[in-house]
Order: sequence, then structure tokens, then C-alpha cells
Amino acid sequence: MTRADAILEVDALERRFDVSAPWLNRLLENKPRRVLRAVDGVDFQIERGKTLALVGESGCGKSTIAKLVTGLHPPSDGAIRFHGDRDRVQMIFQDPYASLNPRWRVGRIIAEPLRTLRPETTDAEAEARVAELLGIVGLSPTDAVKYPHAFSGGQRQRISIARALAGEPEFLVCDEPTSALDVSVQAQVLNLMKRLQREFGLTYLFISHDLSVVRHMADEIAVMYLGRIVEMQPTADLFANPLHPYTRMLLDTIPDLERPNRNRSPMRGEVPSPIAPPPGCSFHPRCPLANDRCRTERPSRTEHVMGGRVACFAAEEGRI
Amino acid sequence: MTDTVLDVRDLRVEFPTRRGVLTALDGVSLSIRRGEILGVVGESGAGKSMTGMAILGLLEPPGRIAGGEIHLSGDRIDTLSESEMEQVRGRRIGAIFQDPLTSLNPLFRVGDQLIETIRLHTDLTRDQAGQRALGLLREVGIPAPEDRMNSFPHQFSGGMRQRVVIALALCAEPELIVADEPTTALDVSIQAQITALLRQLCTERGTAVMLVTHDMGVIAETADRVAVMYAGRLVETGPVDDVVRRPQHPYTAGLMGSIPGLRSDVEELSMIPGSMPRLDAIPPGCAFNPRCDKAGPRCRREAPRITGEGAACWLAMEGSTA
Ligand SMILES: Nc1ncnc2c1ncn2[C@@H]1O[C@H](COP(=O)(O)OP(=O)(O)OP(=O)(O)O)[C@@H](O)[C@H]1O
Ligand code: SF4
Ligand SMILES: [Mg+2]
Repeated sequence: MTRADAILEVDALERRFDVSAPWLNRLLENKPRRVLRAVDGVDFQIERGKTLALVGESGCGKSTIAKLVTGLHPPSDGAIRFHGDRDRVQMIFQDPYASLNPRWRVGRIIAEPLRTLRPETTDAEAEARVAELLGIVGLSPTDAVKYPHAFSGGQRQRISIARALAGEPEFLVCDEPTSALDVSVQAQVLNLMKRLQREFGLTYLFISHDLSVVRHMADEIAVMYLGRIVEMQPTADLFANPLHPYTRMLLDTIPDLERPNRNRSPMRGEVPSPIAPPPGCSFHPRCPLANDRCRTERPSRTEHVMGGRVACFAAEEGRI
Repeated sequence: MTDTVLDVRDLRVEFPTRRGVLTALDGVSLSIRRGEILGVVGESGAGKSMTGMAILGLLEPPGRIAGGEIHLSGDRIDTLSESEMEQVRGRRIGAIFQDPLTSLNPLFRVGDQLIETIRLHTDLTRDQAGQRALGLLREVGIPAPEDRMNSFPHQFSGGMRQRVVIALALCAEPELIVADEPTTALDVSIQAQITALLRQLCTERGTAVMLVTHDMGVIAETADRVAVMYAGRLVETGPVDDVVRRPQHPYTAGLMGSIPGLRSDVEELSMIPGSMPRLDAIPPGCAFNPRCDKAGPRCRREAPRITGEGAACWLAMEGSTA
């Protein structure tokens, strides 16, 4: 089911981490090796020029996927196929304080990907390009001579975006790009990212735990739970007709400004440990629809039910 | 109004620095009744945590209260000595912070921490205190509380730790709880559990709650009334539904428009131009005037103020900014 215009295809992607106690402790205390499946069989495609969002609670594997896609981690299994120029992938991180080298001037920070991409660039060309990029993200060309500490969180995130653009990307992986920002600053950055996508035809893998941000930004949404995608649908469909019980509960617990609900019943339980996930469907201990099959058998990840892709027996069996 | 628990009048907090005195809070007036949740909302640096700290008597020196009064159920508390205030903090005001580990001692079992705190503030015996501790853990929704009494804080998840902190804040049955970003570090599904718990305590025990957060969604679903802060000042106060649906202050309106909705479709989020001024660069007149598209001459001259409900905006108060 490869899409002709897919820029990225991810198939049965897995990433395991060895989280065992040190070798000697294991020997002395007779402890087994322990493996954490941070990403446990994930498939998706992203269409060129579109935004796919990954959402889910802390620890579900979103950042690990970002690192696999950008090559910061090698996969343990599965395939990542990029139909484009591998050098044209850039990443924007959550923390605008940690992601900029404090000892470099902004001009040098922004020019770095450009110099990697085109080593023949002269200083004058780089300077002109940096000035242009600063203008594109709403900063002033004179900001190039300043150091990162002179900027607020929102301004730093603009610098990160200018740096990413300097690499003339086709594809941007954005890991919680606005989570550290105030809402009014977040609005400025989200609007900027949408504008840049239109102007430069960018493709985004957009990671966030905030469903209202994701709804605003994404064409398609993949909901993750414990290292797996449990549901994937076009944005409007996911909100109009969520199929997986976890998605439904997530949507139910999100505070809603337009329709506040003081009496909503919170989702029960907590996310289990990824080192020892429950057998069968890993959501079953929290799921109101779980039956015996859910407790033993693992729902397949490619089932197409009612127009969406969902990994749930209740959806598959029409019990939902 | 005998059921007013917290009454803050015209609070002013200053920080003397080498380059002059910074005014961190200016003319902040708030009140909270029994069984009511007041949400205090604003962006980082707006002064919401500072307001909570001033009420708790925990301002970091050289910060100091330079004007105004704070009353707790009719007793003035801003003039109390350090040790008197310590008593008030344990018994009459409970505190919950963003990071539950700041309120818990990592070296002691959770049950012992609760029992110690209860005994410090009541005349109960160790056994009675143990019973109350168990009851509190049950009340805040810790499963199998008998077993968890012997656990250490690091053996709890983030959400469970925050429940323990809430139990700890409730030990002496305080009149007021100051909760500063109590759900910010938690996952959304756990966030909802904690806000539901706060609401339940507020209704069942009649505790007054000051809920400080940057998250308007949490305020909309948890608070009864809301106070919006900007640059150390109060810009708007009112019932939460009114402020969310019909904000009167241009800053509040801009803030609401910048939040992506779960339902409404807009291609562009509304933006407030510029950013909040630093404390040493607050403009004269209305602190918001350089960013406000409705600002007039009066806004640049005179600071609008509210002491009760309403919006600190000349346009909202007088119908004109001329
Ligand atoms: N280098 C590593 N070694 C061991 N475990 C890891 C490593 N990196 C990630 N993990 C684990 O893998 C799981 C997925 O982590 P990941 O950072 O991808 O989650 P996330 O969805 O990005 O969460 P958050 O919303 O908190 O950013 C977690 O249980 C995490 O502890
Ligand atoms: S497979 Fe079963 S347990 Fe899992 S989400 Fe569906 S109904 Fe619930
Ligand atoms: Mg992450």
C-alpha cells in the first residue's frame, strides 16, 4: 500500500534498548536481561508536502521515532525508506535553550547547515543568506551578530527554524517544537511553520502531546501507545470519529475551551511500564471494552476498519 | 462576607536591585470564598507564581511585600513573623507545586511523612495519625493505600506522587490550598485525574483553592472564577465562563484567540504582536498599551486598575481611551 507520492515510508520499525542492570549485578543477583521496546512495530507513510503528527503520552516512543527517522539512532528492525535527498532532512527540537550552541553567534549557527550542504559557499554569500533567513522567520538581519542568550524562548525557536531552513530541507522532523513556549508565542511559531510549509512545499513529521496543536497543524494523525501506533486517520476524521478506545479517552480528557466539562470522568489507571507491557493488547488494563481475546492476543497494526487504520479487536469486531 | 477565605488587597511586591527597584506585582487584588477555585492564569513572567509565593510568605529575598494587605479568614497574615507564618503554612494554607518531589522527602516512607506532618499540626497520637494518613491516601485515590504507606516517593509514578503531595497538603485540614501548576508535569490523562480530585476536595471539604497555571483549558474546566495576569498586574477577573467566552480585556481576547481549538477551524491563529515586557521595561500607563490595537492617549498616561471583577482596560471601564 505504498503511496505513489510518499516522501517517507516506515515499515515494521522497531527500536529496542537494553536497560538491564550492569553485567556484574546481573550475575550476582541472578537478574535477567531486560529489553525496553521503545518503538514496537510501527508503519506509516507521509505524503510529500503534508504533515503527519505523532501524538501520545510521555514515553510512548515519539522522540525515538524522530531520532530513527533523522538517523540519530539506528533501527533494531524494520525499514525506513526516504524518497528524497537524505541530506535534506532537518530537525527542530523541543528545548530552544539546549539546542543552540551558546558560544556561537546566531549567524554562525544558522549558516552551519548551509556550509555542510554547500561547502563552496563564500562568507559573503553565507552572510546574505543568513540575513534573508532571519527575515523569513521574523527576526532582524542585525540579530546575526548576537549570541543565543540574548533571545527569548520564542525567538530562539525562530532561530532553530532559520537554521533548519538553511539546509534547504524537503522534510522537517519537529519534536515538540512549541511545548516550551507560552501560548501566544506558540501561535506565532505555529503560524510561521504553516506559512513556510506553503511557501517551500515542506513535509513535516510533527510530534506533540497536545491534541489541539496537532489538530491545527496536521493532515493526518497517528496516535501512539506504548511504542505502537494504535490508530491513524486523517485529522478531521480522527476528531469526528475516533475509533480506538484510547483515542476516545484521550479526546475525552483534554480540557476543552469551547465546551468546558466540569464533570468529565477521567481516564482510569496509568500507562504501564514499557519494560513489562501487558500481554495481548497493551491497552487492555485501562480499556472498558476489553475481553478475553484482548488479554491474550495482540491486535494487528494494519487493520482497516470503518475507513481508518486501527489496532483494536473491538473496532475490528464491530463492538465499539 | 464571612465565607471569604482569602482576601488580597492592592498587593505590591518589589525587588530591590543594583539598578533600582523592580515592581514585580502591582495593585493585585483577589478574593476566594469557601469551596471556590480561583484560577490565576498568565504567561511566563506574568507574576502568577509570585502572587502565590507572596500569599504563602515564601518570597525569595530580596523580594518583599511593599504594599497592600493579605487576609486569611479575616486575619491579616502579611505582617506575621517568619515563625508565625510557618505555623500558618502548615495548618491553614496547604501548598502544591509543579514538581511533587520538592514537597516530598526522598529518604522517608510516604506514610511516615504524612504521620509526621499530621502530628506536627494536631494533637493526635501516632496511631490516630496513622489512621488519618491512611484515610487521606484513600481520599486522594491511591490504590491499596495500606501497602503504599511503606513505599518511598521514588516508587510512585508522577501522578501518584502528586496525589501524595495533595494528601500532605490536606493533613491539617487547611482553609486554603495554593496549587502552582500542579498538573503541568503530568500527562493529559493523569492531569484530568488530578484536576478532578482538586474539584472534589473543594466541594466536599469546602477548601478554597488558588489554582495557578498557564493552561487556559485546565482553568476552563476546573476553576469557578479566573484572574488573568500580565506583567505583574491583574488585567481581568470574573466568572470563568464569562472570561473565556466574552473576554473584555484586549490581552485576554488575544490570548484566547492564540489557543488552537479542539473544535473550531482556523487557518491562522490570532497573534498578539511583540512580547511581554520585562520588569525593568514596563511602559507607563496600561502595561499592555504598546501591543494593543485599541490603545489611546489615556492608555499611555494612566494605569487602569480593578479591585473587584472586570477588566483593567479604559475601553472596557469607561468606553473610551481618549
Ligand atoms: N537511550 C535510551 N535508552 C533506554 N531507554 C530509552 C532510551 N531512549 C528512550 N528510551 C525509552 O523509550 C521509551 C520511549 O521514549 P521516547 O523518548 O521516545 O518517548 P516520547 O514519546 O518522546 O515521550 P515524551 O512525550 O516524554 O517526550 C521510554 O520508555 C524511554 O524511557
Ligand atoms: S483490543 Fe481490546 S483491550 Fe485493546 S483497545 Fe481494543 S477493545 Fe480495548
Ligand atoms: Mg519526546
